[in-house]
Amino acid sequence: MKKTLSVLLSLAMVVTMVAGCSGGTSSSSSSSDSDVIKIGVFEPLTGANAAGGELEVEGVKLANQLRPEVLGKKVELVVADNKSDKAEATTAAARLIEKDKVVAILGSWGSSLSIAAGDVVKTNKIPAVALSATNPQVTAGNDYYFRVCFLDPFQGTVMANYAYKNLNAKKVAIIQEVSNDYSVGLAKFFTDSFTKLTGDPNAIVSTGNYNTGDQDFNGILTNIKATNPDVIFAPGNFTESALIIKQARALGITAPFIGGDTWETNEFITVGGTDVEGAVMSTFFDDTNPLTEAGKTFVTEYKKAYPDRENIAAVTALGYDGYMMTLDAIERAGSTDPVAIRDALAQTTDFEGATGMITIDANGDATKNEAIIKTVKDGKFTYQDSVTID
Amino acid sequence: MTMETFLQQLINGLSLGSLYALIAIGYTMVYGILRLINFAHGDIFMMAAYFTYFGIAVFFLPWYVTFIITVGLTMLLGVTIERVAYRPLREAPKTSLLISAIGVSFLLENVATYLFSGKPQAFPEFPLLTTPFFIGGLSIQPVSIVIPIVAFVLMTALLFIINKTKVGMAMRAVAVDYDTAKLMGIKINGVISSTFAIGSALAAVGAILWCMKYPSVLPLMGVVPGLKCFIAAVIGGIGNVKGAVLGGLILGFSEVLMVAFFPALTGYRDAIAFVILIVILLFLPNGLLGKKQVEKV
Repeated sequence: MKKTLSVLLSLAMVVTMVAGCSGGTSSSSSSSDSDVIKIGVFEPLTGANAAGGELEVEGVKLANQLRPEVLGKKVELVVADNKSDKAEATTAAARLIEKDKVVAILGSWGSSLSIAAGDVVKTNKIPAVALSATNPQVTAGNDYYFRVCFLDPFQGTVMANYAYKNLNAKKVAIIQEVSNDYSVGLAKFFTDSFTKLTGDPNAIVSTGNYNTGDQDFNGILTNIKATNPDVIFAPGNFTESALIIKQARALGITAPFIGGDTWETNEFITVGGTDVEGAVMSTFFDDTNPLTEAGKTFVTEYKKAYPDRENIAAVTALGYDGYMMTLDAIERAGSTDPVAIRDALAQTTDFEGATGMITIDANGDATKNEAIIKTVKDGKFTYQDSVTID
Repeated sequence: MTMETFLQQLINGLSLGSLYALIAIGYTMVYGILRLINFAHGDIFMMAAYFTYFGIAVFFLPWYVTFIITVGLTMLLGVTIERVAYRPLREAPKTSLLISAIGVSFLLENVATYLFSGKPQAFPEFPLLTTPFFIGGLSIQPVSIVIPIVAFVLMTALLFIINKTKVGMAMRAVAVDYDTAKLMGIKINGVISSTFAIGSALAAVGAILWCMKYPSVLPLMGVVPGLKCFIAAVIGGIGNVKGAVLGGLILGFSEVLMVAFFPALTGYRDAIAFVILIVILLFLPNGLLGKKQVEKV
């Protein structure tokens, strides 16, 4: 019995090894280290932001399958879990650089986590490309951090305009995740833009703070109910946001909820249920209206890889773009030297990504001026509008 | 602030406080008998939430069957943890037990993350208990009334068990003097196992009600309630069942009322628990209802 088992096991191992070799495009199975370029993928795969991190990794892996080589070398992805934790993020980034010797890093979901890794990539001179981190601080004062998504000042303006013009809001209440740079930043840019639009310095009638991982929001929401706002802006993590909306509806608050790109995960809908119907958010990409040829390719390939999925998350498209843009930079640099890659990344102009044309500016940010507005309708994220702001 | 808003906040505080109370009773019981702070209690609570989630959302069992299974499995889990991680260390210094408890806590969190992934699962809804009714502008979810009632009933039942039954008498004996109780022929292992079984059952009921009010299940969901309820138990006088309930209510009300009266400080609501703890311990080192080493259960 034992013998049969071990024979079967070794057979299985041989089969997987053969499959592994034929799967790769490189025919030499015994490639030495110098034939492999390692790119780190730095994402939350456990903890509060796991769903977001997983979606980005999906995009990166898809891109890697489509373009597994650059400069004649095989690209190997090294995925590190930063556990949705700022302290863990620093260690995870350092491990990628020191132990795995990656030449570039992609990620992370969540601005706070990317900012936490900022110093590590800067001191070690390893370029990093943030995929969906929208807070300005990610790239500010850091020559080694870039990004492929738009920024919160832009996203905040888009949502303020949406509240003012489409929802005719005069009074808005804000609930922010105070321990999250993304949420606080977005709330601030929204406030600036909305008070300017209305001309009323008191247009924000109430601001409530909560911490990542909180589950009870009844106290904050009862305060907000008393101020009777037209709209509630609640940028933050999807789990907490879904609970906030549920508890608001249970308290009899009927005002519409609007938020940012972080909401666009399946968990937002599964946890929120029917209560999140009608919630509106800004995001980076819509699979029914890809803006570029690269976007169309991405959608086709994604559907081939995951035929049973209904929506393609915007962050998956950004993961794809981050990888493709980094490989493009490595090719233009003609070298695997991290500093050369950084210089090439900084000079990226009109790179055609799935989420639009990307040009990297002096800060290392992607200049983008179009956002997609989506809403939850019949339990699905549905395209509503695209907004351009100059 | 209008009267209506204030009343609404009181309702919020009552249901949150009663949830804290339910979980705090579990802490207090185990401490009362063993002088052990069972840091894994919050994670036993988390596991109970997953048992319920699997019963209803994955295996589609009727809710009453699921609740019984959840309570049963959680009791089994609690007793097993005691058997494996605490009993071998019973003669060891208390610190070793404490470290073992922290180890169990991390183990449960990581096993849950590995098995169920770090992503939140939606807890099935109970429209009967969660659909709010309105009195004037006041919104009340039936579950917000059910929670305090359940907490009160369980507290009474527990006090009855402790004060009127044979097992309860044995528990009190073990709490007063472990060695003498042993000499008197009390089956220590049985008594301690029943303590863990009851404590875990309370955690299970707490988890079910918690998930009805906050319907998302996560591997790390037990951390914050665990810490808060430990504080609640200490505030009330750890080892004292009525104290745990009182501590839970105080904590729930102060959190919500702080948010109500000082909206700018809403981000610091977790800190309020520690502030109350420090203030109370400064004046009453044994907590509000704690007596000096006498009746600990």
